Amino acid sequence: MNMNPPLLELHNISYSYPGQKNPLLKEINFHVHKEQIGIIGPNGSGKTTLFQIIMGLLKADDGQIVLQGTEIKTEKDFFMLRRKLGFLFQDSDDQLFSPTVLEDIAFGPLNHGATPQEARDISIRTLEKLGLKGFEDRITHRLSGGEKKLVALATILSMEPEMLLLDEPSNNLDPATRERLIKILREQKLAHIIISHDLDFLASTCNQLYTMQDGQLIRCEEKQIHNHEHIHPYGNQPHLHGI
Amino acid sequence: MIDESFSMGSTLFHKRDPKVKLIGAAAISIVLALCSSIVVAGIGVIVTAILLFLSKPAPCLLFKRFLQVNVFNLFIWITLPLTYGGGETMQFSFLNLSLDGIRMAALISLKSNGILFCFLALLATSSTANLGHGMEKLGVPRKLTFLLLFSYRQLFVIHREYQRLQRAAKLRGFTPKNSLHTYRTYSYLFGMTLVRSWNRGERVHQAMILRGFTGNLIPLDQPQPGKADYFFLFTMLFISLLLAGLSLMPLTL
Ligand SMILES: Nc1ncnc2c1ncn2[C@@H]1O[C@H](COP(=O)(O)OP(=O)(O)OP(=O)(O)O)[C@@H](O)[C@H]1O
Ligand SMILES: [Mg+2]
Repeated sequence: MNMNPPLLELHNISYSYPGQKNPLLKEINFHVHKEQIGIIGPNGSGKTTLFQIIMGLLKADDGQIVLQGTEIKTEKDFFMLRRKLGFLFQDSDDQLFSPTVLEDIAFGPLNHGATPQEARDISIRTLEKLGLKGFEDRITHRLSGGEKKLVALATILSMEPEMLLLDEPSNNLDPATRERLIKILREQKLAHIIISHDLDFLASTCNQLYTMQDGQLIRCEEKQIHNHEHIHPYGNQPHLHGI
Repeated sequence: MIDESFSMGSTLFHKRDPKVKLIGAAAISIVLALCSSIVVAGIGVIVTAILLFLSKPAPCLLFKRFLQVNVFNLFIWITLPLTYGGGETMQFSFLNLSLDGIRMAALISLKSNGILFCFLALLATSSTANLGHGMEKLGVPRKLTFLLLFSYRQLFVIHREYQRLQRAAKLRGFTPKNSLHTYRTYSYLFGMTLVRSWNRGERVHQAMILRGFTGNLIPLDQPQPGKADYFFLFTMLFISLLLAGLSLMPLTL
């Protein structure tokens, strides 16, 4: 049906941390064309680890990562991959390191060869797109948790990635910011993989759901996505979900 | 918390190119550090105090910094007059104070305050990031620049980790006492602070790599020094030359 190679393929990825008896990830096979994928799974099941392997921060014990038909092996390959995949950390404190918001958002574009003027323009545009106009000169470590999360997302979007890997993006967000994030993600229309424990969030931003269990990624049936109780604003009135 | 509170402002000092400020601060502080005359050090303090006044720092912050440096000076005043050997002495009630010791303590106090004022006026008015970029432009080895920028950033991280742990301990009813339990808890706190800061540093490094960092830090604003900057540089160098010239003169004190 689709003749283009998938954006990202994982073949038989296995991984265990040093000293672990049972492998954490067992021969994971997985591919993404342009889908929006949600992953849910118990704490400690290896979801974050899987993202770190995809981004080349950890090296898989076994298996291959293939990006648009090319196998990713060397550090140079990963440099290219990191430009196309944007990874939002579970903890935004780790992601922001420049003193001001603008500098942090411009960091990626500058590293990838944009001139200071271009980097500045794209950063300001990204901030506007996320509804963070006027945040340019704010001090990153003095932002609130939710603001940090959105700014961290901006640092990634400013690199214009082709796919997003988001690790629990809706954590600690108030309902309004959470809705805003959902809206942003849906407007982006980018392929993404979202790790979350928030089924409702996944239902409104993803069209495929996987669970991570015993080191395996298992695809859920469409119907199961809605098979849950949930709380959200105006939940007592008839409402539509995002799919 | 470690802030860059002095760097927020819009006086002529804040607007200057960090490069000229770095050169100026280096020149003035070297002259002050090397001079051996109280008169020169005194003039130095007056001049740098004027510079500081022009940079309009927040008074209470300024007082805090001033206190930090002068607590050390207080110790010098307590010890040197009593312990500095040789030369004439002065009788002060039952104490025999060394005149050389007093002279030395005065010189040290003047010098340290002069350098403090100079750094607060010239360096603290730029953000650390801008100073780092300035240093790189001036040809300071990149490793040193990184060391400055990242120790600065890491300081925050360590401080925050420590506060978190301390809070966690306090919330569970920990009150420091002179007991083995207290010492053990503190050693855990320090140990954990180190481990956690290390991990955090690692993750920040990963975040940088993910955004294409390969060892070059590219500044976002790269101001070109203008006429005002050159004039500023000239003034600073003139001040330091004047002080250097004065200290070559045969002054008695
Ligand atoms: N650096 C490490 N060294 C050793 N073991 C680790 C390390 N990091 C994580 N682990 C272990 O690997 C397992 C998976 O961790 P991971 O962070 O991938 O879980 P997760 O699925 O993201 O969980 P959560 O939902 O809580 O974020 C955990 O049991 C954890 O203890
Ligand atoms: Mg995780």
